[in-house]
Amino acid sequence: MEYPTTVEDAVALLAKHGDRAMFLAGGTDLLPNMKHGLFEPEVVIGLGAIEDMKGIRKDKDGSLHIGAMTSLTEVARSQLITEAAPALAQAASVVAGPQIRNMGTLGGNVMLDTRCQWYNQSHFWRKSLGYCLKKDGTVCHVIEGGKKCVAAASNDTAPALMTLAAELHFLSPSGEVALPIEELWKADGTWNKNVGPDALLVSVHLPALSGPHGGAYLKLRERNAIDFPQLGIAARLGFAEDGSIFEAAVAATALGPRPILLQSTTKLLAGTTPGESNFEEALLELCAKAHKQLSPLANIPGDETYRKRMVPIFLKRALVLAAQP
Amino acid sequence: MAARDLHGPDAPWGDFGVVGQRNRKVDGMDKATGCAIYADDIQLPGMLYAKTLRSPHAHALIRSIDTAKAEALPGVYAVLVGDELPIPYGVIPWTQDEHVLAVEKVRFIGDEVAAVAAVDEDTANAALELIEVEYKPLRAFFDAEEALSNPEPAIHTSKKDVGNLSKHVRLEFGEVDAAAQSADILIDEEYSFHSTTHAAIEPHCAVAQCSPDGKLTLWSSTQITHYVHRALSRVLELEPEKIRVIQPYLGGAFGGKSDPFSLEFIVSALARKTGRPVKLLWTREEVFYAHRGRHAMKMKYRTSAQADGRITSVDANILIDGGSYSSFGLVTTYYSGQLLTGPYDFPSYRFDSTRVFTNKPPCGPKRGHGSVQPRFAFESQLDEVATKLGIDPIEIRRKNFQGDFTKTVNAQRITSNGFLACLDSVERGSDWKNKHGQLPLGRGLGVAGSMYISGTNYPVYPNEMPQAGIQLQVDRSGIVTVFTGANDIGQGSNTMIATVVAEELGLDIRNIRVISADTDLCPVDLGAYSSRITFMVGNACIDAARKLRTQIVGAVASEWDVDARRVSMMGGKVFDLEDSQRVIPSRDAFQIAEAQLETLGATGSYNTPTLGGDYRGGTIGASPAYSFTAHVADVSVDTETGRITCNKVWIAHDCGRALNPMLVEGQMEGSAYMGVAEALMEDHHMNRFGLHAGPSLLDYRIPTSCDTPELESIIVESIDPEGPYGAKEAGEGPLHPAIPAIANAVYDAVGIRLRHLPFTPGKVLEALDAKC
Repeated sequence: MEYPTTVEDAVALLAKHGDRAMFLAGGTDLLPNMKHGLFEPEVVIGLGAIEDMKGIRKDKDGSLHIGAMTSLTEVARSQLITEAAPALAQAASVVAGPQIRNMGTLGGNVMLDTRCQWYNQSHFWRKSLGYCLKKDGTVCHVIEGGKKCVAAASNDTAPALMTLAAELHFLSPSGEVALPIEELWKADGTWNKNVGPDALLVSVHLPALSGPHGGAYLKLRERNAIDFPQLGIAARLGFAEDGSIFEAAVAATALGPRPILLQSTTKLLAGTTPGESNFEEALLELCAKAHKQLSPLANIPGDETYRKRMVPIFLKRALVLAAQP
Repeated sequence: MAARDLHGPDAPWGDFGVVGQRNRKVDGMDKATGCAIYADDIQLPGMLYAKTLRSPHAHALIRSIDTAKAEALPGVYAVLVGDELPIPYGVIPWTQDEHVLAVEKVRFIGDEVAAVAAVDEDTANAALELIEVEYKPLRAFFDAEEALSNPEPAIHTSKKDVGNLSKHVRLEFGEVDAAAQSADILIDEEYSFHSTTHAAIEPHCAVAQCSPDGKLTLWSSTQITHYVHRALSRVLELEPEKIRVIQPYLGGAFGGKSDPFSLEFIVSALARKTGRPVKLLWTREEVFYAHRGRHAMKMKYRTSAQADGRITSVDANILIDGGSYSSFGLVTTYYSGQLLTGPYDFPSYRFDSTRVFTNKPPCGPKRGHGSVQPRFAFESQLDEVATKLGIDPIEIRRKNFQGDFTKTVNAQRITSNGFLACLDSVERGSDWKNKHGQLPLGRGLGVAGSMYISGTNYPVYPNEMPQAGIQLQVDRSGIVTVFTGANDIGQGSNTMIATVVAEELGLDIRNIRVISADTDLCPVDLGAYSSRITFMVGNACIDAARKLRTQIVGAVASEWDVDARRVSMMGGKVFDLEDSQRVIPSRDAFQIAEAQLETLGATGSYNTPTLGGDYRGGTIGASPAYSFTAHVADVSVDTETGRITCNKVWIAHDCGRALNPMLVEGQMEGSAYMGVAEALMEDHHMNRFGLHAGPSLLDYRIPTSCDTPELESIIVESIDPEGPYGAKEAGEGPLHPAIPAIANAVYDAVGIRLRHLPFTPGKVLEALDAKC
């Protein structure tokens, strides 16, 4: 266990230990996964002592800077975030339960490992099935005989951040990288990120938005607490002075390996006004489009046919919430 | 032969002093402050930790086991395999088909094969990885129908003649088919109940220690100390007098700790082998494999009725998926039919129940053993009869009420019966008359009723000795200590015992000590199952306390030179009813009695009267008294998402008399909560490999506080003539109606009949689609 106090030291420590080491943010996912034998680090680099990675501030240009080690509780409650990025506050507020949100961090949630009913199990359990593609095995059980890992991105905050066009600041041994969140993901469940495990997510930036806008995050889950999403949909609407929509963004999580930002939402919704029939019509069209494009896989618990059926329902409800002043 | 004393339901000293009070549990502070010692809190010098190797195959022959490498691992003290303990066991003496560790074959993924004792759990787990087992996989059955229609390979080879049949019971009372043919209405439908498990918060744990003279002490999280004592003696081939079984504080059981379990034998055998104390704590995952939870059932019900709503016949056909071992399955199979014959009068009734072995974790008794599933089916069907006949669902239940002091169609004796008052209470509480059938689309109310046993007159091994025994010891300080074999598993039986003894002896409840569930110290009790303790042990307490009271009152009367009828005991004092100046503390009275007589003490016991029908199986389900329950559930159904939200449940329960209303309400709320959970969330599901789909409390979803409906408990007191002060059970009965009440409320809300549990949003949408 290492406790660096600067981001530079943290990255250097990880580079030193290589594959044998992992970062520990809140530990709410890392530790259960270690107990299940999914992660087997010999060295754990705790990030809790790095003060620079904590806290939320508004920069001069109106953008928000959120330290990756800021707790989900703080993200959910911060006035800066509830005002400027309601979908993110809502998403953070429905991760797991209160105790886990106190420990869990925004950075940890963004960098969360993908989840699968055939993967997030004990060593005995996985061994009984001859393991799976993501860990120790050669086949995927989601699609029988599958050769590609389709474990699900299960982070609630990801779609909210995508609708907010967040920028992620990483530090890796090769230097600083700023990456639009949309470019973080790739469709590979074994490691669904376009940065390596040696890159440390230092902070999340939310660009200032012009004009009034609304946002919402809705989460499909069996229980009203604890559970990971079976589907998560975030929506953001930007309004012109006349109350009509001038931009719109929709993203979803808990489908396949990556969260997905729905394309051409602005094209469909721009110029429509909530409360008027043009909005209702555009909404229906968008929901139908989303239903076609967003397909949950049988990776996590919960019937995938049902999860797919909920895509347009949750999207419609999220947009209606986002449209409320 | 122990006396079956009829003590009468009245207060011993005029008015009740302790009974009826909302006293907190005698162990409440210990538990709330963390002082309570549970099995896993026990630490003994030199203690070793055990772990078991489990089968990765659902059905396989064991070709060989090589433990050499594990034994050679530093820190490992002993390895145990099945051949070392070849005597089979099982809670029901006629179906002993379990081994401590697998002998010759494994029957489900998770079946135990070998055990290791080592310096710590990590070393024990590392040693398990070094044990080499060669298996020959066999065809595995995960479906009861498939297992039944394929006698080969038989999961239990000793039962070759019957293939994979575990138990079949067919009983008919009256002319069912004739009644059905002449009825005005006939409803014939299929229902299914998935499997659910107990999910007690404390995982099973056992600690064993051997003394140098060969005496074995076992601390175990069991709800039946006595049966564990007997089973240990048989399997370990150790005289019972050399075994002491102690149940420490226990963190929930719900039926899931009522079998003798492998870990109890394993720690005992390893303690004998190593000479050191040994502990085995199951992981949450292992608790799911040990299971013994509710059986999945496929049920066909056909109910016929007259146009006025009177039931004329009920015909049930039930296929029970037993999992890999018998456990209590013989009883489950009977209970699936025997316990449905109230609170309604069935003029004719037939049930045909078949329990089948499959290669899944073994099922057993869970709160409302064997009768929750049929109750769901029947109460749903009764609702359909009411709807088809245009009769109010509460009214049809009143119309078919069997009455009190009567006999059921299967010859069970019914004594007190407060079911009508239960129906009235939930009808009033829920504002049923103004709301049922009148709420907007998506909101509805549903009703259901039930009955349950207050213990059974059938101990699992037939004998003439008392079913409950009590011993009282009096101390000069004014304390009375009660020794009982009964297991307090959190339901509050020790508090019930203290309540009854305090009432009888006119003492403050804080002056009663209860020592329970220790086979060296306590008289035998059959344990915490079938909701028997309040009724049976409560009566034994009265029996013992009255003997003691006679001694004390007699001594004081003699001291005062008055008639004994003038001496009364209440509120920690003994006084002369005719001379208000003559009052002494109970402590003084005890000392007077001890001086006059001898060291004070008394024993008491209880045995059920002869009960049950005069037919094979007629005593199974026979109880000295039955509890009755009615629920109304208020649900919302989101027609877009299919999600059911249970807003509120009104629970009216006839417990005879509430000895402690707070504890009774706790049982009612806990039961209803569990029922709602089984209806809407919990699913003990095996995936296509026969492996538990999610053996964790993340994936096996029990409701959080955010998911729990408002629960309103309404106690109904019918004052049973034979119960202690008229009391009957409250721990299991109040679960039953929750599930059908929700199903019936969903019908009221959106007009669909949900006949297959659990009621997932997907099933709701499917039914709504079909309706459109």
